[in-house]
Amino acid sequence: MNQRKILIVDDELSVRKSLEEWFREDGFQVETAEDGEAALKKLPAGPFDIMIIDLKMPGMDGMTLQKRIREVDRDATIIILTAYASVETAVEALKQGAFDYLTKPVDPDDLSHVVRNALRQKELTEENLRLKEKVSDLSLPTPIVGESPKMQHVLDLVRTVAETDSTVVIRGESGTGKELIARAIHAQSRRRYFPIVAVNCGSIPETLLESELFGHEKGAFTGAQYRRKGKIELAHGGTLFLDEIGDISPKMQIDLLRVIETKRFTRLGGDQEVTSDFRLVCATNKDLEKLVEEKAFREDLYYRINVFTIQLPPLRERTGDILPLARHFVQKYARAMAKPPMEFSPEAEAMLLAYRWPGNVRELENAVERAMVIGKGPAIQRADLPLALDGEVADPKDLSLEALEKEHIERVLAQHDGNVTQSAQVLGIDRATLYHKIKRYGLRR
Amino acid sequence: MAPPVFVAFLNGYTPPWAGQAIQRLAAILPCPIRRIDLRFDLRPYYAPERRQHHATLLLATLLRHLPEPTGKIVGVTAEDLFIPVLTFVFGQSQLDGPAAIVSTYRLHNEFYGLPADEELLRARTVKEMVHELGHAFGLVHCRDQVCVMRASTYVEEVDLKDSSFCAACSAALRSPRSRPAAGSAGA
Repeated sequence: MNQRKILIVDDELSVRKSLEEWFREDGFQVETAEDGEAALKKLPAGPFDIMIIDLKMPGMDGMTLQKRIREVDRDATIIILTAYASVETAVEALKQGAFDYLTKPVDPDDLSHVVRNALRQKELTEENLRLKEKVSDLSLPTPIVGESPKMQHVLDLVRTVAETDSTVVIRGESGTGKELIARAIHAQSRRRYFPIVAVNCGSIPETLLESELFGHEKGAFTGAQYRRKGKIELAHGGTLFLDEIGDISPKMQIDLLRVIETKRFTRLGGDQEVTSDFRLVCATNKDLEKLVEEKAFREDLYYRINVFTIQLPPLRERTGDILPLARHFVQKYARAMAKPPMEFSPEAEAMLLAYRWPGNVRELENAVERAMVIGKGPAIQRADLPLALDGEVADPKDLSLEALEKEHIERVLAQHDGNVTQSAQVLGIDRATLYHKIKRYGLRR
Repeated sequence: MAPPVFVAFLNGYTPPWAGQAIQRLAAILPCPIRRIDLRFDLRPYYAPERRQHHATLLLATLLRHLPEPTGKIVGVTAEDLFIPVLTFVFGQSQLDGPAAIVSTYRLHNEFYGLPADEELLRARTVKEMVHELGHAFGLVHCRDQVCVMRASTYVEEVDLKDSSFCAACSAALRSPRSRPAAGSAGA
């Protein structure tokens, strides 16, 4: 532990000496000064954890000294010491930012408490600053790799809208990185010190989604043994990110519209209104306008959420980003797998650029991760990539039926943004079977 | 052999447990303990407006009566002590210095309106003597709940701690260069 430093400013030698001895016995490094001028000259010997300043001194008095110190150290912890006890002086000293006020002679216990409290407050202030910096670091979004003009335009839009509290709809194909953009908006907003709470509306059955979003009271339904806060409540102060908003049921659309308009709701089984101050960011890969036309999506909800739209380009429309993204994922998985970063062979690079990437960035990430697992040499080869160009069929002769099934499921999942219901439909199996296979093959959704 | 610590019950103050206190001190401190008789006029140290004696000035006088220059001296008085900035002190010493003083005035149960308890007074006095001598040996306050070097501004806090040093303070006492980290403020 670093030795704490204290500056004692008092014109009486006996007081200086007494306090110096007291604080030295308490393990402090002590500096003393006989007046304000001497104290100011001692400041460079700091920083001091605490300064104890006598109020009445010849020349510069304690109040003036406090002001002068604050000019150079706004956060100095100052305790005023005086022989002239008066409420007015105490109030004035505190108004000017003194931590506390002690009247001479001081009860040892009072001195001990005030110093202890001052140190505790200083520690908490310092810890608060450290945590804020840490939160800032943590809330920095995953780096968005995108030098192409289309992605640069998207990032401009993110910066513009982040400063506002407007609702944002992020649109784009599966795997284009909609959640990443939502997190980037949150991280650059004034709400960044509060949580971003993400809900994938498409992956949760309607009955569960209601409880997930609004929470429930104890006994609201079978199994509701305790009160549970919903995601909307948990997003208080921060951002609520509703992914796959186009997939929610008509009833849920009504409930959601009401919450967005009033920011008030009740938990399931409850009658007490709860308020939540959140910023809404939605995402979808559906054609919302078409859904409105087909009456599958409420027009009033559409207009309520469609305040600011960010359209994410598919990866095939920003081919300039493919290789930088691929290298970024190599770095990411090299760290995760504790492997040296791998290069791409010229053939592999050509393959990456020629491929159409229907599963977009997510598919690219999966392909790179897989290549790094199976790749043997210092460079990733074309054969390490599980890709087939248009008109080209991946040669399955070396693959077992199981490996073929794994690859196919992986690809379908990537193309449907990890949505198990949609992927199961495409694969022609039920959800439980798909979950079983995902677990068996260790796939990521 | 380590230089001795001289114990002086000042101006004929001889509580019945003085001998036991010295024995206890000898069991705790790693040096010989010698009792000396010391009498001098206390009037110059008395502050009539406070009705207390000036601890720092008394320390200076004790220093002049130190029998051996390499030793240390602790005075025990029944008078109430103060240092200019504080309302009272249980004791006072010079950090890493040769002199210390302890007052039994506020260690008596009677001071707090309670029945006299000589055994408790002896225990409290021993703790304060060890505490102040600990400072004289260069120890600062300790965070250990029961270490004798824990700061105490209330007599109840004196009761809560032991009369001996914690492991860290014991080690620091044996090798003064490795003093333990500081604790919180206290008397």
